[in-house]
Amino acid sequence: MAILVIAEHDNEDLKDATHKTVTAAAAMGGDIDILVAGKGVKDVAAAAAKITGVRKVLACDHVSLKRQLAEAMQDVIVPLMDGYDAVLAPDTTTGKNFMPRIAAVLDVMQISSISGVEAADTFVRPIYAGNAMATVKSSDAKKVITIRPTAFAPAEEGGSADIETISDPATPSISEFVSEELSKSDRPELTAAKIVISGGRGMGSGENFAIIEKVADKLGAAVGASRAAVDAGYVPNDYQVGQTGKVVAPELYIAVGISGAIQHLAGMKDSKIIVAINKDEDAPIFQIADYGWVADLFNAVPELEAELAKAGY
Amino acid sequence: MKVLVPVKRVLDFNVKVRVKSDESGVDLANVKMSMNPFDEISVEQAVRMQEAGTATETIAVSIGPDKAQETIRTSLAMGIDRGIHVNTDAEVEPLAVAKILKAIVEEEKPDLVILGKQAIDDDSNQTGQMLAALLGWPQATFANSMDKDGDSLTVAREVDGGIQTIKVTLPAVITTDLRLNEPRYASLPNIMKAKRKPIDAKTTDDYGVDISQRLTTVKVAEPAGRTAGVKVEDAAELVAKLKSEGVI
Repeated sequence: MAILVIAEHDNEDLKDATHKTVTAAAAMGGDIDILVAGKGVKDVAAAAAKITGVRKVLACDHVSLKRQLAEAMQDVIVPLMDGYDAVLAPDTTTGKNFMPRIAAVLDVMQISSISGVEAADTFVRPIYAGNAMATVKSSDAKKVITIRPTAFAPAEEGGSADIETISDPATPSISEFVSEELSKSDRPELTAAKIVISGGRGMGSGENFAIIEKVADKLGAAVGASRAAVDAGYVPNDYQVGQTGKVVAPELYIAVGISGAIQHLAGMKDSKIIVAINKDEDAPIFQIADYGWVADLFNAVPELEAELAKAGY
Repeated sequence: MKVLVPVKRVLDFNVKVRVKSDESGVDLANVKMSMNPFDEISVEQAVRMQEAGTATETIAVSIGPDKAQETIRTSLAMGIDRGIHVNTDAEVEPLAVAKILKAIVEEEKPDLVILGKQAIDDDSNQTGQMLAALLGWPQATFANSMDKDGDSLTVAREVDGGIQTIKVTLPAVITTDLRLNEPRYASLPNIMKAKRKPIDAKTTDDYGVDISQRLTTVKVAEPAGRTAGVKVEDAAELVAKLKSEGVI
């Protein structure tokens, strides 16, 4: 069996989600190649070639692939699938965008956001916001799969796969990139951070997130939010943790002023240790928290920051 | 411009999900069902486009059992002009849904199809992208805002890093994200009026689409549970606990 893994990257850095996708592919068994499609991807391809267990890296370098828009990715990946039995990508907003197009053209039912591989044709995936785990078996000849990165350990580095340059079909694109506004932060990425501290509706305003950010900076943590806090305009959309936002599974997740709707829990309940700070002792978040602190967050969070400072953080 | 809005009937987002004891699926007997929340956003968007004079006709489609008609009625009460109900008791996977929608698009010839980015039951996030690919149309998924500009649409998309804005030429497929709009509640007079709006009754056979399933559900199980831990009284106690856990 031959498996194609689509690399997650921003034309500069190869993202960890790629390593995790390789782990999922390895669990299916077979030869694993990685496609790096983008613009100016030489370094990214070199990084992908270092992942252990990779047979070869296909590098497709073209200006039309710079933003990895779905239509352009389809044009590159579909012709390659003659040589592969499965294609896997992480379920990031990039992977979610282009993968179903590949599946539809190949006449395959995609298996989305898998969290486990039972066999080369059988997978576990969360449904209903993670309130049920479905085991599904695919009868399609080729498999098109997106994987949930938090569910797989990253593949090691230490390999030296060959890099093969492939040409871009360069079909005229029917969609066009206009602009992007990306959140800039010196903090770690939400999905890759070891510690995440998130604020909810209880924060009351965007300015009040400053108290959370101070704790985040002491711990080297990423800052997240519940949907309520994003909808209220306190923080940008890319902070959202939950069923329809980002799924995180850090070592430590601190939920501040978050009541704990199932849609939020879906995005963080696989964290190793969960701390909840909320003044409402009946908040559902306490039912899943390892450590609960019933307190007014505007007192508790600064106290936590001071205590961390005292401890040398 | 004509706008097509597919809508799905799903377990209401507030209902606690119960896995059947024989692990064959999720218990949907005698529980509240509603329109998929993302589809409500699609309906709202189509109705707003019509109110703004951008859309000339709006059509809702639902594929599902008799009761899917209620979901279509809800969209009609929100302001959609008419409905198409593709009646089936079978579980229809996103690929087959996309194929049926493609057939409907070829009949109705809309300029725009607006779908929810995912259904909150199977969380697949596929149908819109599949439909776009089958039609050879461009797509703008996870829409946060959209503006029509001649024969193209400029769409701001919610992506992992923030917001990405793209331009797609019509006809196109849009999938909606949470912050595109806030869906309205249907007023009583509009609910009454919706009862007189037409719904075409169709079946999957009318579209000649093979809806047999590609995925077999082996089992549906409860997720690994978490239990409530301990309460701490102050920051010193919390920091001590986290240190002993080795997570800070």
